[in-house]
Parts: sequence; C-alpha cells; structure tokens
Amino acid sequence: MMTQVPISWFLTLSAVLFALGVAGFLFRRNIITVFMSIELMLNAVNLSFITFSYHHQSINGHLFAFFVMVVAAAEAAVGLAIILTIFKNRQTLTIDEIDSMKN
Amino acid sequence: MQLWLIPILPLAGFVINGLFGRRFSKSVINAVAIGSVLLSFAWVLKTLLGLSPLDSGYIEHYFTWIQSGSINIGCDFAVDRLTAVMLLVVTGIGSLIHIYSVGYMAHEGGYYRFFAYMNLFMFFMLVLVLAANYLLLFVGWEGVGLCSYLLIGFYFTKKFATDAGNKAFIVNRIGDFGFSLGMFLIFVTFGSLDFGNVFHQAPGASTAVLTKIGLLLLVGACGKSAQLPLYVWLPDAMAGPTPVSALIHAATMVTAGVYMMARSWPILVNAPVAMDTMAVIGIATAFFAASIGLVQNDIKKVFAYSTVSQLGYMFVGVGCGAFSAGIWHLMTHAFFKALLFLGAGSVIHALSGEQDLRNMGGLRSKIRWTFLTMMCAAVAIAGIPPFSGFFSKDAILLAAYHHAPWMYWLGVVTAGMTAFYVFRAMFLTFFGTYRGHGHPHESPPVMWVPLAILAVLSLIGGLIFKIPDFLQAFFHAPEPPKDESLMMISVASGVIGILIAWFVYIAKPAMADSLASTFKWLYTPLYNKYYVDEIYDAMVVKPLVGGSRWVLWKGADAGLIDGSVNGVGALAQKVGGVLRLLQSGNIRSYATWVLFGSVLAIVAMAIASTLPLGGIQ
Repeated sequence: MMTQVPISWFLTLSAVLFALGVAGFLFRRNIITVFMSIELMLNAVNLSFITFSYHHQSINGHLFAFFVMVVAAAEAAVGLAIILTIFKNRQTLTIDEIDSMKN
Repeated sequence: MQLWLIPILPLAGFVINGLFGRRFSKSVINAVAIGSVLLSFAWVLKTLLGLSPLDSGYIEHYFTWIQSGSINIGCDFAVDRLTAVMLLVVTGIGSLIHIYSVGYMAHEGGYYRFFAYMNLFMFFMLVLVLAANYLLLFVGWEGVGLCSYLLIGFYFTKKFATDAGNKAFIVNRIGDFGFSLGMFLIFVTFGSLDFGNVFHQAPGASTAVLTKIGLLLLVGACGKSAQLPLYVWLPDAMAGPTPVSALIHAATMVTAGVYMMARSWPILVNAPVAMDTMAVIGIATAFFAASIGLVQNDIKKVFAYSTVSQLGYMFVGVGCGAFSAGIWHLMTHAFFKALLFLGAGSVIHALSGEQDLRNMGGLRSKIRWTFLTMMCAAVAIAGIPPFSGFFSKDAILLAAYHHAPWMYWLGVVTAGMTAFYVFRAMFLTFFGTYRGHGHPHESPPVMWVPLAILAVLSLIGGLIFKIPDFLQAFFHAPEPPKDESLMMISVASGVIGILIAWFVYIAKPAMADSLASTFKWLYTPLYNKYYVDEIYDAMVVKPLVGGSRWVLWKGADAGLIDGSVNGVGALAQKVGGVLRLLQSGNIRSYATWVLFGSVLAIVAMAIASTLPLGGIQ
C-alpha cells in the first residue's frame, strides 16, 4: 500500500478542475472551448464521485460516474452536431453572436 | 263588430305608404293616406250606430298577449261611451287634418314620409283609445309618443327641430316612468290590468294605495298632456309641420292624459288627494301658460301655450270630479284648437313660411276664408255664448266653483287672458296694415274646406254634442247645480279680454309697446317664459351633462374602468420588461445565473445544516 493520499487532495483537485471549467465556460468566447469546459466540469464531478465512493467503500459513486460518462458521450455527440450546424448557418463560433433568442 | 278594423286601416296605410310611397305619385299617396283614415272614420260611425245606445261596454277579445304566472293580458278592444267620443274626435278631426295636409304639404319634401307617419299616429292613437287594459293603452301611449317625436323632427335637417323632438321624447319619459310605476302598483294591488277587473275592485281597495296609484298615473298624464312641471316640450314641439301641431299637439295626442285620467275615474273618485292634486296642477298650468301666451310673437307659440292652458282646464274638470266636463272640453278644444292651428298654418302658407305676428297684419281681405274660419275658433275659445268653448269651459268652471271657489276665480282670470291672447293674435294677423313683404295668397280649397267644417263644429259643437248628458250614465258623477251668475262672470271675463285686446291693438296701436315698456318687470319674465327652460337647463340638464362628462365619463369610465384595464396591461408590460432582461440570449449570462443560483443553493444548504433544527442534510 502506498502512502494514503488524503481525501482532501482529491477533492481539492476536483474543485480546482470544476472551477477552471466554470471559468472557461463563463469567460471563453469560442463555442468549442465552452463545450470543452463543460466536459471538464463533468469530469471534475466524476472525480468527486469516485473519491467519495472509494472513501465510503460504496459502489454507488462508481455507478454515477459511469452514468455521467454515458450522458457526456451522448451530449458530446449531440452538442458537436449542433455546433457544426451553427457554424454552417452562421460562419461563426463566437458565442456572443449566437443570440437570436433575444427579444 | 270587427273593432280591429278601426286601427288596422291606418296601419295598412302606413305600411303601404311607408314601404312604397317613395315610388308613388302624390295622388296615390293621398288616396292611400286619406282613404285609410276616412274608411276608419266610416267604420267608427258604422260600429257606433250598430252598438247604440251603448249603455254598457262592448268588448272584443282577440288573443292572449301575455300569459305568465298570474299575469294574463289579452289583446282586447272595448267600446263604451267614453271611447265613442274619443273615437269620433280622433278619426273625425284626423280625417279633416289629413285632407288639409294635402294642400299644406304640397311643396314640402318627404311627402310620403309625412303621411306614413300621420297614418302610424292614427293607428297608435286608436289603439290607445280602444284598449281594454292599461298595458295595451300604454302601447298606444308610447306609439303616439314615437310618432310625435318623428313628426316634430320631420324637418330633420334643422337642428332646432331635431332638438325639439328629442326634448319631447325625453320629457315624456319622465311621465311614462310614473305611468309604468302606476301600472305596476295596479297589478300588485288588483292582480290584473283589465279596466273592467280593476275598476270593479277599486272601491274595495285602501285609500292610501289608490292615492298612490292616482298620483303615479297623474305623473304620466302630466307628461303626455304637457302640464306643470313637464309642459316644456309642447311649445318646442311647434317645430313640426303645422298639421302635426293641430292633430297631435292640440287635438288628440296631448289629450291622451286627460282621457287616461277620466278612464281611471273609479280609482280617482276613491283617491281625493290625487284628484285635488290634479285640479291644482291643472289650474296652475292654465293660468301659468295663459300668462306666457299673452306676449309671445310667434303665432304658433301663442297657440301652443294656449293648448297647454286649455289642457289645464281639462285637468281642472277631471280633478274636480266633473269628468264629463273635462271630456267635453277635450272635444270642443279639439275643434277650435285644431282650427286655430290649421288656420295659423294657412296664414303661414299664405305668407310663405312667416310665423312672426309682427310681420303680419291686415290679412283679412287677402285670405278671407282663413280669416272667417279662424274668427269662429277665436270666439269659441274665448267662451262667447253660444259657441262650443263657452259650454265646456262653463261646465268646468262651475265644477271648480263647487270644488274650491279660488280655482273658479283663477279660472275666470285665465279665461280673460285666453280671450285676450287669442284676439291679440287675430288682430295682429288680420287687422291693421300689412307689415310683411311677400304677397299673401289664399290657400287652395283642399285647405279651407276642412277649416270651414271645423269652423261649423267650433260654432255649434257645444250645442249639438251634449257630452255631459251622453256620459252621465258612464261616469255616475253628480252634476253641480247650474248657476247663472257664475256663468255671467266668466263670459264677462272673456268679453273684457277681447275688449282689452281690441283697445290695445286696434284702437290705440301704439299702446302695446308703451305698456310693454311701462310694465317691463312683468313683461320681460313673461316674454322669456318665466325662464323655465333656462332654469331646467341650469338645474337638470347642466348637472346631468356635467355629471356625465366629469364623473361618469372622465372619472368612472376613462379613469376607473379604462384606468384599471390599462393599468393591468401596463403592469404586465413593466414586469415583463424587467423579466426580459434575464432572457438576453447570451449563453454566458445564463451560465452566470446558473452559477449564481448554485452558489446560493449551496450557501443556503450550508447555513441550514448548521441550524439546530437539522435542516437539509
């Protein structure tokens, strides 16, 4: 057994990753980057799930992680398709210009 | 006896002329309009001869009109002696006036419309007279009001004529309101509106209820018969063509109130307060209107106020219990007042529309027939024996003396004023020198022949139609004893009135103006009709209009109702305006809100978990 890495480190890493994802989602303009930020957040949450699962010796966290990965895969397929269509129609991927819902 | 034919014939005339009259030639319109009324008159004569001596009423039931719960109202016509008098007056005078109108309206537009309305009026008036229950009477009552409105506003391109029509209609609504309430009370009290049924039960009802009914019916009669304080519409009604003034606003429709009150005599005799009120209103109106008539310069206005005044006499008669005298005066008044109006129409026709007495004068040689016939009416209305007005007015004054002597004396003074204003109008029109500019021409025979017939009736109507004897059996009212001295006084009053008029307007023509300036304090309010129209305007019309405009329109409608509706709309818009800022379409701002919300939720959970209650785990 290697030295036990304290659980707080995992959680801190997860929080940092999530915060980076949030920051990327909020501040980046390119829609692909925003999309990647969402993936980052999802995976940060996955890390938390695994950590707690390991810590509590419970399988539930693993199951949730797999669920999230499946949903993320599906979401990636749909999301990329939407992004492709948007680019075809608008020749732009800047997120601020995609605001036709306004008014 | 096919009573329904009597009103249906003029109705048919109305339908034919009203629908197709535009395409008819004048002779066809004349044939339809006059023919229908003459046929109706003939049918009245045939019916009455067939029913004579008409000791008891004769009723025809046609169909049940309203059947609902305890309400059972039939479409019934009835003829009794009172109806007989009214039928003869309405169809007889109506026929003459229709014939006269052919000449008078010859040069007017809307010829077929005029005769259609006149026939419609005849229909409703005959329904009113023939009705055997209050509701059917009310149908006729409202119908003649409608025709009155239509014919007053006949020259509908002139503002004053349409205003006068509206005024007549609106003022009459006040009276009709009272009449309706009276009918409701009759129904509640007696459970029926049939004359026979109601009058049979009337003596058994309490005096208080009968008094209420009598007073409410009196309100209705005051509206229709132009009594104080609702008389104001009648002088303005002269805006209509002159035959209309003669038929509707002198001879027939305005007497409907008198007829209705006389018809309700079994109620009235058990309600002395209502009768006293009626007599007081009548004598006050008679005096009041006659005093205004003294100084008017429009020939039709003089006769209009005269009509109001004479209707006041009829009210005195009915109110004093001399029902037959009231009806007698109704009949003689129909003769001589229709004649005065038709004569005035003939004068106006001769002068091509001139109505101002100051622009007439010296016409007696130029329009001889008109002059002679109007003179007959003038002596009749002045109460000179043995002409028609003398008998009926004398009968009323006699009853008034036995009721309350002060009414008699006021009536005598009014009789003097009546003689004065009529002869003033006659002298100003026919004597002296001609003051106008046009060339007067005598009216065609179609106009003066009806005048001549009415003149004969005015002269001898009182001698040959002894209405009190005829109606004695109907009203069962005791006749006051004859009194020669009272009769002499009232005749003397009339003669004095004529002499004063002769003195002021013939002997010393300059005297009228000097009198007017000497008695300016008296002349001015009289000339301005006691400012009654102005008072009504200030006290009723202005507050109503102002209240409607500022309270109901600007306040309630525009302020409250529109304000709340618009306010709800504006509120939704404002709230939406704030909310729509959230829906920016900017994905990153959405994300910010999500983040903000998540943080808030986490903070809330953190705070909740520290609370002693446990909170959300």
